[in-house]
Amino acid sequence: MSVGTKKPHDSAQLHVTGAARYVDDIPCPGNTLHLAFGLSTEAHAEIASLDLSAVRSAPGVVAVLTAKDMPFANNASPAPEPEPVLAEGVVHFVGQPIFVVAASSHHAARKAARLAKIDYTPRPAILTVDEALDANSHFEGGPVTWARGDTGKGFAQAEHIVEGSFDMGGQEHFYLEGQAALALPDDQGMVIRCSSQHPSEVQHKVADALGCAMHDVRVEMRRMGGGFGGKESQGNALAIACAVVARATGRPCKMRYDRDDDMVITGKRHDFRIKYRLGADAEGKIVAAEFTHLARCGWSPDLSLPVCDRAMLHTDSSYYLPNVKIESHRLRTNTQSATAFRGFGGPQGMIGTEAALDHLAHVMGLDPLDLRKRNYYDPEGGQSTHYGQPVEDFILPEITERLEQSAKFAARKARVAEWNVANTTLKRGISLTPVKFGISFTLTQLNQAGALVHVYADGSIQLNHGGTEMGQGLHRKVCQVAASVFGVTDEDVRITATATDKVPNTSATAASSGADLNGMAVKAACETIKARLAGFMAESAGAAVEDVTFANGEVRADDHALPFAKLVKLAYEARVSLSSTGFYATPKISWDRIKGQGRPFFYFAYGAAVTEVVIDTLTGENLILRTDILHDAGASLNPAIDIGQIEGGYVQGAGWLTTEELVWDDKGRLRTHAPSTYKIPACSDRPRVFNVALWDEPNREDTIYRSKAVGEPPFMLAISAFLALQDACKSCGPNWPDLQAPATPEAVLAAVHRARGDA
Amino acid sequence: MEITFLLNGETRTVALTDPTQSVLDWLRAEGLTGTKEGCNEGDCGACSVIVTDAEGAKPLNACLMMMPHLHGRALRTVEGVAGPKGELHPVQQAMVDHHGSQCGFCTPGFIASMAAGHLNGRHDHDDLLAGNLCRCTGYAPIIRAAEAAQDAPVPAWMHDTLPDLAEVAPIADHVFLPDSADALADWYLAHPDATLIAGATDVGLWVTKQLRELKEVAFLNNCTDLQTIEETDDRYIVGAGVTLAALREAIRDTLPSFAELLRRFASEQVRQAATIGGNIANGSPIGDSPPVLIAMGAELTLRKGDARRTIPLESFFLDYGKQDRAPGEFVESVSFPKSAPDLACYKLSKRFDQDISAVCGALNIPRDGDKIGAPRIAFGGMAGIPKRAAALEGALEGQPFTEEAITAALPALEQDFTPLTDMRASDAYRMEAAKAMLIRYVRNAQGTLSILEVQP
Repeated sequence: MSVGTKKPHDSAQLHVTGAARYVDDIPCPGNTLHLAFGLSTEAHAEIASLDLSAVRSAPGVVAVLTAKDMPFANNASPAPEPEPVLAEGVVHFVGQPIFVVAASSHHAARKAARLAKIDYTPRPAILTVDEALDANSHFEGGPVTWARGDTGKGFAQAEHIVEGSFDMGGQEHFYLEGQAALALPDDQGMVIRCSSQHPSEVQHKVADALGCAMHDVRVEMRRMGGGFGGKESQGNALAIACAVVARATGRPCKMRYDRDDDMVITGKRHDFRIKYRLGADAEGKIVAAEFTHLARCGWSPDLSLPVCDRAMLHTDSSYYLPNVKIESHRLRTNTQSATAFRGFGGPQGMIGTEAALDHLAHVMGLDPLDLRKRNYYDPEGGQSTHYGQPVEDFILPEITERLEQSAKFAARKARVAEWNVANTTLKRGISLTPVKFGISFTLTQLNQAGALVHVYADGSIQLNHGGTEMGQGLHRKVCQVAASVFGVTDEDVRITATATDKVPNTSATAASSGADLNGMAVKAACETIKARLAGFMAESAGAAVEDVTFANGEVRADDHALPFAKLVKLAYEARVSLSSTGFYATPKISWDRIKGQGRPFFYFAYGAAVTEVVIDTLTGENLILRTDILHDAGASLNPAIDIGQIEGGYVQGAGWLTTEELVWDDKGRLRTHAPSTYKIPACSDRPRVFNVALWDEPNREDTIYRSKAVGEPPFMLAISAFLALQDACKSCGPNWPDLQAPATPEAVLAAVHRARGDA
Repeated sequence: MEITFLLNGETRTVALTDPTQSVLDWLRAEGLTGTKEGCNEGDCGACSVIVTDAEGAKPLNACLMMMPHLHGRALRTVEGVAGPKGELHPVQQAMVDHHGSQCGFCTPGFIASMAAGHLNGRHDHDDLLAGNLCRCTGYAPIIRAAEAAQDAPVPAWMHDTLPDLAEVAPIADHVFLPDSADALADWYLAHPDATLIAGATDVGLWVTKQLRELKEVAFLNNCTDLQTIEETDDRYIVGAGVTLAALREAIRDTLPSFAELLRRFASEQVRQAATIGGNIANGSPIGDSPPVLIAMGAELTLRKGDARRTIPLESFFLDYGKQDRAPGEFVESVSFPKSAPDLACYKLSKRFDQDISAVCGALNIPRDGDKIGAPRIAFGGMAGIPKRAAALEGALEGQPFTEEAITAALPALEQDFTPLTDMRASDAYRMEAAKAMLIRYVRNAQGTLSILEVQP
């Protein structure tokens, strides 16, 4: 059976030869126009006057549109509150699109877009968390609070209390392929080819912008050059602009952001400040916990509300918190609208708690891992999360124990301590942290998927599903599912571009759900066809349908055997339907986000990591020496792809917490808007030693072949890297180092000083 | 003007309308879309291609290469890395086998860099690939692939020859491709407002990011007489056109600390294009090589027409964006000692590889017995120009070579510099880190490791 085996990415051969086509590689008709946005240079201002004459007369320019020229909806928002594609009289951040230029070439459009003469009447800009709090600048009218138990009573019983505040930066997605879209008008409506995790939403938004129904818009998406959440909603504006200009001019339109524009325009991971207060009994069991989440959401809601919800949902991390209160402030600021990014708020919520736990361990003089284990959920069950979901599948004690052994944690911790006694300049640190990540969209309705499977008369299989391929290997996994159902090879199965006219009303490929949802939908469709084939085979062979088996390219019934392709040909001739849709809706889930109660997640995915680091106490420079990971992907659909997700997720997470620093100036201008100034991990930043293993036990819930989602959870394994740096800083002195993220050399050096108690 | 080059083994003669058109844009317009635009500024490597010239094959960023750079050279793109019958190159097969691609967008650039390294028998994969960013894999499977393929034979089709060229170099009114320093000197005297382009690793950004139109340009990469490294008894005389990659090779054993700094200077693709002359003439306040050269007492030779003058490098940098260079005058060579046993170079940046320094310190502190002799200490990133720390040098000279004595002298550095706060670091951190480099110097002399030497 194909499922469970290591197979390469479905496009690996195309990737390595340069033959894999991305949006900008698609050959375009000769009369294609190229679009660029003209951008705001002010963080918050009224547009007093807009003189576009120089733009219009620039070489190659064919059309220039502003908000007034949008024929129908001027709205790119994935949320109920609208978000204009082109600014409507007021700009809300530096980089907001004000107008769109269509020209004969990409360069002509970019050059022209810089020629606008715009007068602004500045308004006060809210840039920071503190400014937003002072101005009471909230989405949803004010903070959202969830609580369980009585934290007042809990703190009254506590033997130890720690309080602190932890700042963590945001993160630029830095998908290697920038945002891109192509609109091809046809006599039926509009065809969009774009780099998007959410083709159905692009279809919906383009239809609204063109004043037509969704059935007039077809969106096709073969592959993205990376997404990570950054192409869940942030590509809408490009597709809409292309469609509107294509409709206005009758010509195909293509738009791709230059990298700097991409970084200046699009949203990023939310930066958070988390204030915490933890109370523990004499043994270190947490008896009360209070958290305040201050999230800088940017100028529009985008996906900030569910992101901040998920941060709250992951505030327990892996620990039972009997009395807990979480207050979440979704702050509106005059910056890019922060958006989805791998983990979707989960990483922020978790690291806030993990950093607080290390602080508590420091104050109590306990080993941080001991403290963690004392507060783990009970693996026997009977406990529920702070939002009321029973924790029934808690395998972290076993994972932790096995990882401690394989990583030789205790011995290495002792060696780190010895090194730190012997060395003044270079200090080591080590940390083991767990991950428990909830799997399902918290908006319950999104937990559905469709598929369309065709078996052709030659026995070849073509399938389509609602998921999008952004590098995560989804298509290979789904292909393995179909091949396994029919007992054929992966080569017999072809997955075509995601297309809204094949599978309608799809959810974004997000929340790690791609294989869980679409794998099940494809399996359902395949099983429908398989049942028909089995019935036909049983009838032909005079056997019982239960005795028909599909394996190794053959179909058997008793002692009759036919090659799969032969059976298909015969079934076709016998007028058996060889095409089917499939559908899946995740069971067991329900969620009331206002009350913060219910079962938002079908199950949890688990994992743990040990990271060892070294810091230079003179400059704060730091390095990951070794990482050991044991991660739970259930019964893995494809161990090679899952290990790839774990390695890649960890390094991306480590980047977020170390080298990746977003810097805005006091005018709200992003100063780190290119890879020259924004530093994602490079090759040598991966751990020097990098051991990744799969837990590889079946999911207790009935998921696709008992596998577990693996896209996001490994990202949070990198918290161990951050806390290993904290550990190294701790070795420099008696005080709590209070390391802030990202742990740039400068941040690490500041923490070293705090540990030492330097003035 | 017309240029001639080999493209994936076939001779191409191309008429250019825009001499600053990037090779990347040209390739993609030709339908060779395997080469990707990731950043258009030479930092991500998605546009990496293999260029062969008389020195051999090297990976370069196509986004920063302008079409005239190709004249007389052979260009191989990802489409030409596989064999004529579609056979996968060993690095391609290894990338499939080791799951080295996920989204695949960076992959063609990795393939180009890996195939270039493979062709040259290189095994220093981390350094070779420091200029190729991948956001998906965490690099581990890519390195596994590189290691798996490293000893496979080089496929025959990878050996490029160079095209036969017409005798007369291509020329247009506003574009000049000199083949000697003399020709350049004459032309530049007559066109003092022209832009001289060597590796285009900086000028390229004027075009791709600032969208500037350059009226008159000269491409210097055929001036082979500017690409020589001469040696006297005690000095190197390095032509302005020597690439940082070639310089690194030349000094690997003689000036190891400088060579290690150059290992971390940008990336393989940038070092193979960027020249020492460009790195100096550009006048960057950071620069990385100028502080080191200043600390070694480098001298710069400038040429205008037939007139040459030689000045201490430190006096070339007058102020931010301002150098001691007359119109029509260009940097011809730089000379510096072949040995600097007391030199240590420290590059401080958020990321170890391929980052711009927040502070770059070059400390040349000779000892006179137990005492400090006459030190030369220069920093990049601490002022508007790369600059010597004169007050600190004065405070150190004659002091005992001990951590205590050096620490006592450090406040003098505050007379030398008033650093700025920017996206790379705060002013206070820059000052503290610069001082810390002096402590590091003395501790390293006593045997403390560099952080990069720590083993897991």
